[in-house]
Amino acid sequence: MPLWLSVYASQEIALSDGIAIELRDVVKAFGDVHAVDHVSLQIRDGEFFSLLGPSGCGKTTSLRMIAGFEYPTSGKILIHGREMSSTPPYQRPVNTVFQSYALFPHMSVEQNVAFGLEMKRVPKAELGPRVQEALEMVRLSGYGARRPRQLSGGQQQRVALARALVNRPEVLLLDEPLGALDQKLRKEMQLELKGLQERVGITFIFVTHDQEEALTMSDRIAVMSHGKVLQVGTPTEIYERPSCRFVADFIGETNFVEGRVVESAGGYATIETSDGIRLRGCSARPLSSGTVATLSIRPEKVRLLPQGEGNPSAENALPVRVERINYIGSDTRITVRISDERTLNAWEQNDRSTVDRNAYWQPGEESLLVCPADNALVLTE
Amino acid sequence: MRPYGPPLTHGGPTMALDTLQKQRQRSSRLRLAGLLGPGAFWLTLFFAMPLVIILLYSFMTAGPRGNVIWQATFEQYTTLFTKDIYVNAYTRSIWASVLTTLICLLIGYPLALFIARSPQAWRTPLLFLILIPFWTNFLVRIYAWQIILSNNGLINSAFQALGLPTQTLLYTENATLLGLVYGELPFMVLPLYASLDRFDFTLMEAAADLGASRWRAFLRVMLPITMPGIAAGSVLVFIPTIGQFVVSELLGGAKVDYIGNLLQRLFLRSNPPNWPLGSAMAVVMMGVLMILIMLYFRSTTEEDR
Repeated sequence: MPLWLSVYASQEIALSDGIAIELRDVVKAFGDVHAVDHVSLQIRDGEFFSLLGPSGCGKTTSLRMIAGFEYPTSGKILIHGREMSSTPPYQRPVNTVFQSYALFPHMSVEQNVAFGLEMKRVPKAELGPRVQEALEMVRLSGYGARRPRQLSGGQQQRVALARALVNRPEVLLLDEPLGALDQKLRKEMQLELKGLQERVGITFIFVTHDQEEALTMSDRIAVMSHGKVLQVGTPTEIYERPSCRFVADFIGETNFVEGRVVESAGGYATIETSDGIRLRGCSARPLSSGTVATLSIRPEKVRLLPQGEGNPSAENALPVRVERINYIGSDTRITVRISDERTLNAWEQNDRSTVDRNAYWQPGEESLLVCPADNALVLTE
Repeated sequence: MRPYGPPLTHGGPTMALDTLQKQRQRSSRLRLAGLLGPGAFWLTLFFAMPLVIILLYSFMTAGPRGNVIWQATFEQYTTLFTKDIYVNAYTRSIWASVLTTLICLLIGYPLALFIARSPQAWRTPLLFLILIPFWTNFLVRIYAWQIILSNNGLINSAFQALGLPTQTLLYTENATLLGLVYGELPFMVLPLYASLDRFDFTLMEAAADLGASRWRAFLRVMLPITMPGIAAGSVLVFIPTIGQFVVSELLGGAKVDYIGNLLQRLFLRSNPPNWPLGSAMAVVMMGVLMILIMLYFRSTTEEDR
């Protein structure tokens, strides 16, 4: 980068206060359908940011608007403080890794990687070394002369990464790039991608429907549904303090207990179910009595005590009967009945090394379920 | 105690295997002959034989009553490459075919692209529209063009109504070109459509993402990837055009000679007919086409490598 350009760029970045991408009240309508519905987001410089949601939630459309393949119906998109809502893709300082990789089949790996630099008329002397450097970065040096179709899925994926990163984009956009890979390779690539992002220090925006993937890799996650952003936060915030029922349900697994608020104070709320069970959990805000609410308890945060142990009259302690047991190796997933209409799932880690079946729960056994109020969450949406 | 299987005599199983293999080989050879036979017979009778006859005739001498005298000579080829009328016919035909192919490509590519980018439900009807002209005989359609282009035809009537002077449209070389493009366009559009329909348009987004404007993305990505379609369409248009004689006669007014016109004349109309010269002319034409087809195959195999 010439000196004057780098100065210019750094000033721009300074002006944007460390915000790489900003979406301001962005709407994208296809006919009557609002694929993206008044979305506002700020993505920081150097951040690994994930857009997470089920298919059709608007995450890919949002990414395509940042890339410039779609223009917003209303609202603004800023890249490092510069308004780019209607700038064509080839003039934006971002690059994309496509779900299908979209490698040029008629070009060699090297030609694919060199394409972006050629378009920017980077001099030949600089082009060769930069292409090699990019291929080395993704551990594919020596594969330059091959055609994309002669490579495995994982290798094609890495070529797509090199082809995008060689341009030194301000932001890298990744549209479900691991979707086509098998489970094992996927896990490897997750770590590799995260490592790569930390090395190059470029902002990554990563679109995925896989919550585990988002939790593993992201600095922050935006959970989307029906074109709206429901919650933005770090993986722990999203998992431990979901803002609504949808997020709690979509990220990880949880038990829901519906009821009405009977008491609320000091960051906690107590609900009572129609069959008289009272449970207390954290609440982000005070709730008035009678409000319909849902208590969310993660199954791994529930403890099951053998009969006779623990105090049945303590807070959030319920006498239960073990109903089903599902041994899956690292833990045992137990379904317990808390009332005639309700069951809960509890996961117990198998921290004892034994093949004695009696060491675990048996169906029909009586037990005491305990769940501290700090581990439960009262949600109203 | 072994009720099933071959007897356990020494060497028995291998012998049985040998004969079995031989039997299988024989039967497979028979089946192959049975399958290939009719096709081979057909090709020999209707393709190879006429070709050999034409090749033989082209080296014979023309008799005074239109007969062929069995006396070997290079005279026909010398005539072809020295007399202006033949040399001109070749250059004219090749030039007209090149022009027709190029114009068909320039019209056909955007048209095929438009169809390939249309919503799924529209594509079949649009392709159908391209094919509809084939329902009418080609000659009839060319006569229809005469009616459109003639001095008191559709276009000139419109000109007169607007007070514009009459334009001579029919019996010009441009009319020939128009007729050729009109007739051959579907043969260009169909292979182009086939290759554009398979084209992954995400690649155009990838190119744009990497900084290519629409035009550069087209030149660097779409054009090379759809090259087999372009080559196929061009061959399909070029080959029939180089031998045509109907269009140049009906729309061009037979004012200038194309290869097809000369061929037709040498074989049927001239008095006496000259079959050896006509055969030589056909052989040279085939030679030209052969070279082009070889170029085509080379371009497509390179694409597949």
